[in-house]
Amino acid sequence: MIEKPTGPLPLDAPVPGSSFSDLLHWMGATPEVAIPPGTHAVSAPEGTTVLALRHLGGVVMAGDRRATEGHLVAHRRIRKVFPADEYSAIAIAGTAGLAMDMVKLFQVELEHYEKIEGIRLSLDGKASFLARLVRGQLPMAFQGLVVVPLFAGYDDKEAKGRVYSFDVVGGRYEETDFGSTGSGARLAKSFLRTAYEEDMTLDAAMALAVNALVAASTEDTGTGAPDLKRGILPNVVRIDADGLVEVPDETVFPLAEDAVENVR
Amino acid sequence: MSIPFYVAPEQMVRDKAEFARKGIARGRSIVAVDYADGVLILAENPSTALHKISEVYDRIAFAGVGRYNEFETLRKAGIRQADLMGYLYSREDVTAMGLATAFSQTLGVIFIRDPKPYEVEILLAEISEDGEEHRLFRITYDGTLYDERRYVAIGGKAEQLVEALEDIWAEDMTLEQAFAACMEAFRRAEGRDPEGWEVAVLDGGNGRRAFRRLDPSELAVE
Repeated sequence: MIEKPTGPLPLDAPVPGSSFSDLLHWMGATPEVAIPPGTHAVSAPEGTTVLALRHLGGVVMAGDRRATEGHLVAHRRIRKVFPADEYSAIAIAGTAGLAMDMVKLFQVELEHYEKIEGIRLSLDGKASFLARLVRGQLPMAFQGLVVVPLFAGYDDKEAKGRVYSFDVVGGRYEETDFGSTGSGARLAKSFLRTAYEEDMTLDAAMALAVNALVAASTEDTGTGAPDLKRGILPNVVRIDADGLVEVPDETVFPLAEDAVENVR
Repeated sequence: MSIPFYVAPEQMVRDKAEFARKGIARGRSIVAVDYADGVLILAENPSTALHKISEVYDRIAFAGVGRYNEFETLRKAGIRQADLMGYLYSREDVTAMGLATAFSQTLGVIFIRDPKPYEVEILLAEISEDGEEHRLFRITYDGTLYDERRYVAIGGKAEQLVEALEDIWAEDMTLEQAFAACMEAFRRAEGRDPEGWEVAVLDGGNGRRAFRRLDPSELAVE
């Protein structure tokens, strides 16, 4: 016997009841994608290089603005770095449409938990939840629709910034200094590896982040270089003890200008 | 199978209402008032761990009096409803009006159908994007929905609080003035010293999430 619902409010919820994505699934509101057997060449826009690095007071996260579809540029001003909540940020690489949905769900999940429980999830708790979301994408990944995020935030218990990278099966790895994901990640990381210093200042970290993106863009066609004329600049966010701040274009512009100048 | 005794609907409704009212009257009251930049919600609450006031969505706050487990169930359901609507559609599609009718319908069904009605009273407050317009709703144990203006009170001493606020409330009060006004209303209504406050605001200046908890000791201007 199906019990008649008590009015329109969802009084009942899956246990433990603080997860929004579980609620969504439980209510049957997640889109079910049944993929027929065999391989299918699905072409969808892909986002590319994003990176995060630790500095003295917290973390800086940055991403280029390009999305590609095959050899073509699909979007020039796509956004790949997002605030996850007041103390953490998520950046995405891979199939843009799926990744954006993952970001939206992640943002709602963190806020939902905070409101239901009256307390924010720990930074580690947020990272493990994100790993679960990535794992959930695995069937799509087998179809070539891969989403790999990067997660960074300020851990108020340890009083430091932390960076987590992920792999396609939902593996979660905490990075000691910096992390990067996307088609230009290898290039960005080798740049960061030579230029990174421990306990950098915020300004130095932001400059380094933009430089690494520009370095990646010189060799990776998937990564967009800053377009100073059109004002297409990397998205940069910084997170420290006072929370997350989206760095305004006025601040990023001179950094991008220098980076474009310096690159060889 | 045994046949239940016949009880006249009037009798049943009266009994349930009396039962719910008795439960609510035992609890401490809550007021919400308009002030210059938003809505101030003040609850008498001796506990610092168990909250009666909570954030529901970007610009919507919830407060409940009565049985803790019952208004907590409703609070969580309200957050679920709001987050589901905002996720499936858009954040701007979540309104206090929509939530208030959902609370009202749910409480109405529980009142009629369940052997024991919820012994709660609910308050919903909302401010508009620019903080200019404020909405206040009160929902009673049987699902009756009231659209209030300027100030609203719930709980055992609600009537006395509203009477006191009729006297005290003024337009465009600062946050501190509004806090002082609410405390004065409580003093007049209760006729005793309160045992601790829980304070929160919906303030247009707080960004997307307008809800903030405040420390009462920082607001006191005595």
